[in-house]
Amino acid sequence: MDRQIRRLGIAFVALFAVLFAQVAYVQVIAADRIANQPANAARQIRAEYAVERGQILAYDRRTVLAESVPNPDPDSQYRFIRSYPFGELYGQLTGYYSRIYGRSGLEQAMNPYLAGTAPEFTTQNLTDIILGRPKQGGTVLTTLVPRVQRAMQLALGDLHGAVVAIDPTNGDVLGMYSNPGYDPEPLSTGTTQEMEAAWREVTSAPDTPLVAHAFQDLYLPGSTFKTVTASASLEHGWGPLKEWPNPHHLELPGTEAHIENFGDSYCAGGAKTVTMGGAFQDSCNVPFAEIGMALKAERMSGQAQAYGFCRTEPTISLACQDQTIPFVLPWEVGHFPDSMYFENNEAALARSAIGLDNVLTNPLHLALVAAAIGNGGTMYAPRLVAEIRDATTGQTIKTFQPDEFSHPLTADSAAQLRVMMVSVVAGGTGSAAQIDGTVVAGKTGTATNGDDVPPNAWFTSFAPAGPGQTPRIAVAVIVLDGGDIGNEATGGQIAAPIAKQVMEAYLG
Amino acid sequence: MSAAVAASGAAASPRRRPRLARTGLAAVLLAVVASVLAYALQAMGLSGERPDNLVAYGIAFGCLSLAGWFAIRRTARAADPVLYPTAILLSGLGLAMLFRIMTANGAPEVARYQAVWLAIGLVCLVVTLFVLRDIRQLDAYTYTIGLAGLILLLLPVVPGIGTEINGAKLWIDLGFLSFQPAEPGRILIVIFLASYLSQRRELLAAGVGRLGLPRPKDLGPLLLAWGVALAVLFLERDMGASLLLFGVFIVMMWVATGRWSYLVLGLLLFAIGAFVGYLAFSHVQVRVDSWLHAMDPKLVADEGYQLSQGWFALASGGTVGTGLGLGSPTLIPYVGSDFILAAFGEELGMLGVAAVLLLYLVLVGRGLRIAVERHDGFEKLLAVGLTTVLGLQVFVIAAGVLRLIPLTGVPLPLVSYGGTSRVATAVILALLLRTSAGPWLRARRDRRGTTEAAKEAS
Repeated sequence: MDRQIRRLGIAFVALFAVLFAQVAYVQVIAADRIANQPANAARQIRAEYAVERGQILAYDRRTVLAESVPNPDPDSQYRFIRSYPFGELYGQLTGYYSRIYGRSGLEQAMNPYLAGTAPEFTTQNLTDIILGRPKQGGTVLTTLVPRVQRAMQLALGDLHGAVVAIDPTNGDVLGMYSNPGYDPEPLSTGTTQEMEAAWREVTSAPDTPLVAHAFQDLYLPGSTFKTVTASASLEHGWGPLKEWPNPHHLELPGTEAHIENFGDSYCAGGAKTVTMGGAFQDSCNVPFAEIGMALKAERMSGQAQAYGFCRTEPTISLACQDQTIPFVLPWEVGHFPDSMYFENNEAALARSAIGLDNVLTNPLHLALVAAAIGNGGTMYAPRLVAEIRDATTGQTIKTFQPDEFSHPLTADSAAQLRVMMVSVVAGGTGSAAQIDGTVVAGKTGTATNGDDVPPNAWFTSFAPAGPGQTPRIAVAVIVLDGGDIGNEATGGQIAAPIAKQVMEAYLG
Repeated sequence: MSAAVAASGAAASPRRRPRLARTGLAAVLLAVVASVLAYALQAMGLSGERPDNLVAYGIAFGCLSLAGWFAIRRTARAADPVLYPTAILLSGLGLAMLFRIMTANGAPEVARYQAVWLAIGLVCLVVTLFVLRDIRQLDAYTYTIGLAGLILLLLPVVPGIGTEINGAKLWIDLGFLSFQPAEPGRILIVIFLASYLSQRRELLAAGVGRLGLPRPKDLGPLLLAWGVALAVLFLERDMGASLLLFGVFIVMMWVATGRWSYLVLGLLLFAIGAFVGYLAFSHVQVRVDSWLHAMDPKLVADEGYQLSQGWFALASGGTVGTGLGLGSPTLIPYVGSDFILAAFGEELGMLGVAAVLLLYLVLVGRGLRIAVERHDGFEKLLAVGLTTVLGLQVFVIAAGVLRLIPLTGVPLPLVSYGGTSRVATAVILALLLRTSAGPWLRARRDRRGTTEAAKEAS
């Protein structure tokens, strides 16, 4: 019998070896695949809430935009709750962190760092286990400047719209604010019923506060797009002094329609010709429609693409083919049609040259265009997160370098365009953006929204813009639906003063 | 001559035993420390604070464990020194996990009942050793024990006392007490088989013909056991008990006769039974389907919920686990009974599960070692049978939780929630200890006899 008993022993060792192998498979080899299944959501959320999630800080490293604080309810199964001290001021940028509605904004984009699960944290996590320290997520250091963000909120006041400020030298987002916004805290903390109520409120509010006007919506850019048309012209060798015919109306080929200047006015007092610089300063539509048609579709589309505008095929679909300019948050990059679209459709090309037809953009993209012009023709992708730091030691774990996106125009063209934009503020449609002691470059825009709706008012700018000066801030503003002055609103009147206040706040 | 043999045997063991006894005592103390530490850690993990009753818990657990150890030393001096400390460690870890689970479920009193049951099990272990002074006493009541075992196995079917819980009739309710008679029934059947097979093994082995097949008339016991196992499966719908019963039977048949044909025939009959069971019973089909497709999106929140949550717990634990009290094992239904291994997996990781399984492997190894060391056929077969019941039960539930085989609801011995199981496992351990130690009184008489013989010789 002893031989059988020994064999039985071997059989038991073999059976247990199969158990060990399966344990290793489920707990180590396939562990991540199994644990990350959606059906394991309950455990994932509880594990997430057991970690002290990292802070989101402004660039000054003091201003806290989002942080985890111990749950005041000791009986709760969630040990920390998320707090957003400034409420809706940074809400669309931080996003919410909700156990019901998931994550958005930086809370989503930076989640592996905030939760401490990114590969960069492996050493720290092991140390924490050995020392028995509670696991802590990393700190996300943004590029946001609190005084700029606050100035945007103050300047916009009750007006619906958005403001974006970019550092032209590296693409840093200094501020980005839309009205209406939302406070992420009620969506992120509280009882299930409270969260559901907050969600109902924010999703049923008019003007969709969950979608940021600053970078997640698209609008007709109107005359602000003349910065792009002028870039194409300068790159082609047609300078600011080149003369263009100046009729009262421009008949569009192949249609019954015509293009007129703003308010059906006469450009340059009705002179026979006008220079591009002059037409730019007074924002005349007729000469710029002529410039666009003269440049032809290829050059216009090429210039727009160099600025990161996404190619569209409006006859097929209005959707953007592929994302061009990278950004940490989901955003809508500007649209400009592919040159094919303008074949036998010169009217569309003329309208596109003055920012109408199927040209679309938003304040973030427009600010990036202004920043590229101010920065001597080098365009940076927007950077919202500068660094990730260890919450306990303060050491830098990861740095996000500025990301050079393209060179849409030469330094020479950029310098000429800068002078043209300075003249807009100094003596043209953008005079409301003048700042004592600082040279400001800008361009106004007033884009019709439809026949019976007040227009959207635009302003895009950068400063300081004196000869030889390096601009430190580029600001783009949109005020929706005419703001508080309705049909009479223009970019120069209502948007330019907002840009001025933001630039003043930053340049001090 | 016989006195000289006895004298040399008596002289050999005292030299070896005291050292083993000291090591065993140290092992018991270590098991107590580890168990109390686990209790403290789970409470700290849950609430962040040291439990108020930690000292009282430690003293109570330590005193009971040591009392058990000294009682074993008193009644079964030469008993295997590894079995008891291993069992204490498994019980202590299990109890800590039950406190953790039941506290999180808002019913810590359930864990306290289990602590009481653990103490009752310990008392049963000691009482068994006191009452049963010679294991061969059991060999005298072959058919009485066999009949009693059969009655216990089939008792839940009797109308009026059988209670159906979760689709299986495992329980009998005596009004003042309800328990699962399959657990003690299994032990009695093993004793019966050890006794019966040790008497008949020569005949059964010799009866195997040239083709390696037993004679038809020797197939009787095999078919009878198969019938009982099927009856348990069909009438009580208890897949786990049926599987264990038949598994133990064919293992003991094979060990007793040394004939592979019994193993092959047994497995064949098992396959037929399993297939018929699958065709005949919807609850068996559900078990198999939820085993195969637990992670399927259609079943994951439904029939496959328990199995998939078990896997999620194991996978979330990873290599080292979340730490005691820091995971979410209470998401698994019946985590305290069937799925307690998954709770270990989540909070102590792969290393924790491997450690628990290794402890069981140690128990199995010591049990088989006892079987090899004994010279009497009944004692050998009894040790093999009891060890197989224990080892097979661990495998069946662990493999079920790990989704290697369909889940059958049997408790993890010593660790899971369940009073009947605790007492039954304590009795199994007592029988193994008694087998390894040899008879109590006989040893005394022998010693006295030896000295008398020595006196006479002088």
